[in-house]
Amino acid sequence: MGLLDYFRSSQAKNSAGVAKERLQILVAHDRAVRGRPSYLPQLQQEILEVIRKYVDVDLDAVSVNYEQEDEREVLELNIVIPDAPHASHAP
Amino acid sequence: MARIIVITSGKGGVGKTTTSAALAMGLAQRGKRTVVIDFDVGLRNLDLIMGCERRVVYDFINVINQEANLNQALIRDKRCDHLYVLPASQTRDKDALTKEGVGRVLEELAQSYDFIVCDSPAGIEHGATMAMYYADDAIVVTNPEVSSVRDSDRMLGILSSRSRRAENSDEPVREFLLLTRYNAERVEIGEMLSVEDVQEILSLNLLGVIPESKAVLNASNSGIPVILDRESDAGQAYGDVVSRYLGEEVPHRFIHTEKKGFLSRIFRG
Repeated sequence: MGLLDYFRSSQAKNSAGVAKERLQILVAHDRAVRGRPSYLPQLQQEILEVIRKYVDVDLDAVSVNYEQEDEREVLELNIVIPDAPHASHAP
Repeated sequence: MARIIVITSGKGGVGKTTTSAALAMGLAQRGKRTVVIDFDVGLRNLDLIMGCERRVVYDFINVINQEANLNQALIRDKRCDHLYVLPASQTRDKDALTKEGVGRVLEELAQSYDFIVCDSPAGIEHGATMAMYYADDAIVVTNPEVSSVRDSDRMLGILSSRSRRAENSDEPVREFLLLTRYNAERVEIGEMLSVEDVQEILSLNLLGVIPESKAVLNASNSGIPVILDRESDAGQAYGDVVSRYLGEEVPHRFIHTEKKGFLSRIFRG
């Protein structure tokens, strides 16, 4: 590599660096999904349906998060309920 | 008792069969009784790379279906007495690879061999999962390229959850990284992931780095495992891989470009 190329390549973003960055994000995501039980999406859907019977929440109001730690598994359920209480569908 | 090694990758075309042929030949040359099995049913290629394609009579599926016995199907390598090839079937459906059948054949081979090298097909379908199911060791062949690295990581996930060792909660499969088609010049100018980059992402024990080399195509053209080309960089790199696999400490080579003088670096490149 000549001197001129050296300056040129240090300015332009090098593609191996881009590849590494993309892979790190992708692999971390793949691994997080890998350990998850396969019933999670359905669980999320059914919980949402139950809540929507009583409270008028958005379609993305329920988030299910699953984490595996050394000794235990954590299933985290997060439901966002709107600020102003709407008229309830419940009897 | 034999050690079962799977050569796997997820992605196709990264060098699994080249590696299987080289590793099996290298182990056999060191006096280890070795058999190399082609698991790519329907697309057999190991026999071509080993140069024994005209001697195939019976195949792996025939043995599984008990239409032939192992002695009829095994092809003895003409260059090395300790090496045998068990070819895949070219015509049968890959579902013919049953877990019980594969297990039975491997068990029989384990009586009389030191190493059983399983050449996995690409993908994560049945053939690939059968090739890795009984493995004691896995060599994950990876190119320094995004899709190959990602697929390797996926394969590692499958190994750690769906191998026999994982199912029986035995000691896990030993996993090794083999980086192939490595181009040190392109790594140096930032156009290719470096061996450190790939290791950082996959966190695997590095078994070796095989440089991108004309010797690999020349070897496959003539049906000679590239490890027999001792003059070539790839042949020597595979030789190092075999030594390392057998527990020798061998420094890694072909990772860096040859050092140039200061002036030639500046003016010529």
